[in-house]
Amino acid sequence: MWSYPFMVNAFRAGAVVAVVSAVVGWFVVLRRQTFAAHTISAVAFPGAAGALLLGVSAVYGYFTLCLAAALVIAALRGGGDHHESALTGTVQAFLLASGFLFIALYKGLLEGPQTILFGTFLGITSSQVTVLTVVGAVVLAVLALIGRPLLFASVDPQVAAGRGVPVRALSVVFLVLLGAATAEASQITGTLLVFALMVIPAATAQVLTARPALSLALAVLLAFAATWLGLTAAYYSPYPLGFFVTSIAFAGYVLALGRRSLHEVLGRTRAGATPAAKKVIA
Amino acid sequence: MTVLLAASPLSHPFFQHALLAGTAIAAACGLVGYFLVLRAQVFTGDALSHVAFTGAMAALAFGADLRLGLFAATIAMALLFGTLGRRARPDDVVIGSVFSWILGLGAFFITLYTTSRSTTNGTAGVTVLFGSVFGISSSSAAVAALVAAGVGLLVVLIARPLLFATLDEAVAAARGVPVRLLGYGFLALAGISAAEATQAVGSLLLLGLLAAPAGAAIRLTDHPYRALALSAALAVLQMWAGLFASYAVPRMPPSFAIMGVATAVYAATFLIRWLASGRRTSTAVPTGP
Repeated sequence: MWSYPFMVNAFRAGAVVAVVSAVVGWFVVLRRQTFAAHTISAVAFPGAAGALLLGVSAVYGYFTLCLAAALVIAALRGGGDHHESALTGTVQAFLLASGFLFIALYKGLLEGPQTILFGTFLGITSSQVTVLTVVGAVVLAVLALIGRPLLFASVDPQVAAGRGVPVRALSVVFLVLLGAATAEASQITGTLLVFALMVIPAATAQVLTARPALSLALAVLLAFAATWLGLTAAYYSPYPLGFFVTSIAFAGYVLALGRRSLHEVLGRTRAGATPAAKKVIA
Repeated sequence: MTVLLAASPLSHPFFQHALLAGTAIAAACGLVGYFLVLRAQVFTGDALSHVAFTGAMAALAFGADLRLGLFAATIAMALLFGTLGRRARPDDVVIGSVFSWILGLGAFFITLYTTSRSTTNGTAGVTVLFGSVFGISSSSAAVAALVAAGVGLLVVLIARPLLFATLDEAVAAARGVPVRLLGYGFLALAGISAAEATQAVGSLLLLGLLAAPAGAAIRLTDHPYRALALSAALAVLQMWAGLFASYAVPRMPPSFAIMGVATAVYAATFLIRWLASGRRTSTAVPTGP
């Protein structure tokens, strides 16, 4: 397996993506911005398809549209209209439809949309790995710089704002980082499954421990394991990479949840019956 | 006259089937979508779209009818979502994790299907994801139209109590409206609609068909029954416009055309509201006698 240059590239790229998306995802889970992450990852599809149509590398399409979407979300945030969900749903569907249009116009490979949507480890070039590494390093460096105030602003925005932490600016910067990280991860897991690599390891780590530094390290480790194991499994089988990465990550999540509920059951003698939610008898 | 008819898209059987199925599906989605938006369950629609894909692929992989998997998966998941939602608001992180894994499972089934069965069409996955309304056979179109008409009828029948339960759950329950049963019934209808819509616009885009007409209708009128009717009417008109546009421009897939029209209409409502509010401030106060 290691004798093929493309596999070595895939493992390198996978390592970079796992670390970056786990760290960014950890903040996503902490800040409860899963919906934003979901929307930005949907945008990656038309980005990649459009790049294909224009004949440029998909990498540029991913980054252009993900960053643009992040900025749009940052600009539109605020007014909490409860019909906003309809707006988000419409925009998401329209963008995915646009991606489909680009694919139809491209009339390219039959496999075209499926690899974009569900990920592939074939054809990751050395230059792509370089781009991923540079962008990943920049994202991590910025996060390291703003990590402490961002953590403060995420956990308690009011107090942070009172202490003079620029909460609004931090949230914009974070969304841009999220866009960059999504663009990176899309290339490994496919655009539909980014959510899995970004959110599941972080969610698992936060179930296992409440200590920030420890759970952050754990999230990176879990994402790393899911990616590399997924790559290995995908190499030896015909099934898409995205399936293995999501399944491994999800299995870890289920185990963590099981461990927690087991602790809860063993940790305390169960008091009597829980107060049943009495419904009005119709 | 005959020349005109022959040249028109309506003379093609495939277009007639698409129109028949599309109209009924759009009407059902418009009705169901209105309540989804009103009940703040758009995320359910998002989840259902992921599930629909996996259900369809699983059915294909095991050699069953695609629609069987679609309906089974979407209805089961809609009901599960109802039970999750009963307890304290389900966590986005948990739901998102579950659905992204289910989608990954769909990727597995699609490969299983394309590699294991000899009589495959390699585009099945793309068809389920993005729909192919012009590929609906006459029998499928008839079934889709019947099912969608049934869903639409049921929604209209339960519209009144459902509206009551949506707007003021506590009072409705006290008045003897079976709130929980209605909630589950509605979710089952949403599941059926999702399965139906997958055949027309595909699983990835059905969210737009559920959300866009409803969102537009809610922005245009505050009256609930008017909004419900308007939502269905808009959905049907968007479906027609999309089908004819796609026929006129063959390079444009029908799913994209339908979504494009739906998005344009939704965007237009913002403009209408803005103009109306501008007018309202400038109109003179009516002088009563």
